[in-house]
Amino acid sequence: MSKVRVLVGTRKGAFILESDGKRQKWDISGPHFAGWELYHVKGSPVDPDRLYASQSSGWFGQLIQRSNDGGKTWEPVDNKFVYDGVPGTHQWYDGKPHPWEFKRVWHLEPSLTDPDTVYAGVEDAALFRTTDGGKSWHELSGLRGHGSGSRWQPGAGGMGLHTILLDPSNSQRMYIAISAAGTFRTDDDGTTWKPINRGLKSEYIPDPDAEVGHCVHRIALHQSRPNVLFMQKHWDIMRTDDAGEQWREVSGNLPTDFGFVIDVHAHEPETIYVVPIKSDREHYPMDGKLRVFRSKIGGDEWEPLTKGLPQSDCYVDVLREAMAVDSLDSCGVYFGTTGGQVYASADAGDSWMPIVRDLPAVLSVEVQTLA
Amino acid sequence: MIRIVLPAHLRTLAKISGEVELDVEGPVTQRSVLDALEARYPMLQGTIRDHVTQQRRAFVRFFACEQDLSHESPDVLLPDAVASGAEPFLVVGAIAGGLGLELH
Repeated sequence: MSKVRVLVGTRKGAFILESDGKRQKWDISGPHFAGWELYHVKGSPVDPDRLYASQSSGWFGQLIQRSNDGGKTWEPVDNKFVYDGVPGTHQWYDGKPHPWEFKRVWHLEPSLTDPDTVYAGVEDAALFRTTDGGKSWHELSGLRGHGSGSRWQPGAGGMGLHTILLDPSNSQRMYIAISAAGTFRTDDDGTTWKPINRGLKSEYIPDPDAEVGHCVHRIALHQSRPNVLFMQKHWDIMRTDDAGEQWREVSGNLPTDFGFVIDVHAHEPETIYVVPIKSDREHYPMDGKLRVFRSKIGGDEWEPLTKGLPQSDCYVDVLREAMAVDSLDSCGVYFGTTGGQVYASADAGDSWMPIVRDLPAVLSVEVQTLA
Repeated sequence: MIRIVLPAHLRTLAKISGEVELDVEGPVTQRSVLDALEARYPMLQGTIRDHVTQQRRAFVRFFACEQDLSHESPDVLLPDAVASGAEPFLVVGAIAGGLGLELH
């Protein structure tokens, strides 16, 4: 019988939740790396017992942990992220050039074909890769060096490379997103990159439709249709049907289009999920109601999903890395909150239940569907 | 023989219980002690000093003999009591102050 393993990164450690395919009863292990911030934990698609975790602290910096047994045991691997060559500068908050400085790993994306190859998105924004299971990391410096890097500027939360999408149909292509620079694509395995932000409009930057500078919060794709991307921008839900050459807004009837997460149903490429947050001044849901919104036509028309979610006095946030789906026949959808709840739906969002309630603030949620 | 006391998070990371005892060749300085520590426990590299600059991480402090040695040059000799093993060299995580903003 199929199993599901949910990997949860929090402000104070990692937790692993496992259930059978019914997804009603959950076993919880953790905290792993108690007291540390776990920005992201993710498993290899080709070896589900191979997990990678980004562990960091304001005191002791960055660590990368690897597990070969599904999270039962872990070993630290290389934590040295050194920018390639002379790092140069990007824009600082005051508009002056500021040297690139490594702060932490926001996102780990294991290869679709090789468990020893992993991409790491870091702050200050750059992309690294290991091909030896984390024993060494090397920057794919063409991203920072493509021309606009010196104009990138951090948002209030730092200048992190937070999303890495690998194209399952084209091993040379991947997409990344950076706050607050925008979205970029490579078609030659990370050697060269181009900004793909045409169609984005951001009123909080001097030139609203600039080539770079957009605060993209998250992008997502469906494995069967990797040229179609969905985006939760700072404000606005966007989609592109041509691999990012042109975006259009699909916020439609959402009550607010600010938010962080966005994801796609495992079997329905036009069914997408967001969790609208009231505003960038008030990082909590509107009216104290925690609602997931689902569109079954790829945006524009959205329906609120509320069954099992708190509909009064709820003021948690759902951060960019904190939503994922499983690939069981009835698609499961999961998200975590800054209040420490992880909610799951075993019926594609129609109904929800908290599978754990009182964790530290949730930073990331990933799901593995196990045979 | 040099005695080193690490903060709990780093003892867990390095799978150490209690103090670390190390022999250090040559002058006993912050640099030589930390070099020897990281040679025995490579997983500590980058957690006390920056990988590239080898500067002390901002929220790590070095204490010994009831003195704060954090701002000393890494090449200054440590107190004789540390060099002889009479007193430990303490690596300490700085007090956060409870603001709960950047430091959680």
